[in-house]
Amino acid sequence: MARMKFLCDAERCIECNGCVTACKNENEVPWGVNRRRVVTLNDGVPGERSISVACMHCSDAPCMAVCPVDCFYKTEDGVVLHDKDLCIGCGYCFYACPFGAPQFPQAGAFGLRGKMDKCTFCAGGPEKDGSVEEFTKYGSNRLAMGKLPACAEMCSTKALLAGDGDVVADIYRTRVLTRGKGSEVWGWGTAYGAPGGAGGGQPGGAAPAPAQKPQPTKS
Amino acid sequence: MKTRIVIAAVGAFAAFGLAGCGEKSQVAEYKQGKYQGKPDTKPWDSNPATEPYVHSTWTPGDRSSWENALKQRALNQNEYLRTNTGG
Repeated sequence: MARMKFLCDAERCIECNGCVTACKNENEVPWGVNRRRVVTLNDGVPGERSISVACMHCSDAPCMAVCPVDCFYKTEDGVVLHDKDLCIGCGYCFYACPFGAPQFPQAGAFGLRGKMDKCTFCAGGPEKDGSVEEFTKYGSNRLAMGKLPACAEMCSTKALLAGDGDVVADIYRTRVLTRGKGSEVWGWGTAYGAPGGAGGGQPGGAAPAPAQKPQPTKS
Repeated sequence: MKTRIVIAAVGAFAAFGLAGCGEKSQVAEYKQGKYQGKPDTKPWDSNPATEPYVHSTWTPGDRSSWENALKQRALNQNEYLRTNTGG
């Protein structure tokens, strides 16, 4: 059974924001709503890392848990979607989400908060696939066209991977083994430490990849 | 009289102490909500022949063939396969 997941390789992301632009263009996302964004840590410092963040389509999604009108559902391929006709724009999901994925258009005066909008994994929503209503409310349904999310397919360095979790994990594993580093960036060992308490479960420990030494400038 | 007061005090203290045992758990018990919205169509039910600019092919309604089509598409993200340079 496919379970759709995103994975961003921090060793490859160059903060070009191509994924953000692709998402905006593909789904015609309005101003003020960012379904995807690039976050950079230690910006300007040697060893800085960037990561592209959107809805991670959690296996046990907290947005689904807190929604008072139960407008969220999970498709059989593991994509978390919601019904905008039911959403009341309360914002509970925004507070519950650890990734800041739910977005609220500021439509109108007095800070009026519109219905929630978020990454759909380019899977549309509860309307007829490929219909105008679906595109207007939720954006493009690329999964129904046999395609992957536009952000990942557009990524120039292939830092952002999307697809079935098993396939994505295989691609990433091949990549890490080939280049010989990067396994410490993601994974159980990094998040929770090795069973023996010795940090990362991978060779090299839980610390991120070593920062590059600044080269002396030639003038 | 004094004994009664002592017994009453002990009884009141015991009742007060036992009240703590009846305290309800403060941890919210999460119960998965039921989706209240409209039903969604499955992506594998769409017909790739009617979709423009689609290169993937699958049998409409056949989930496994759709998953295979998407898997082949996902493998294009592995440039080691595309450039045929090996592992």
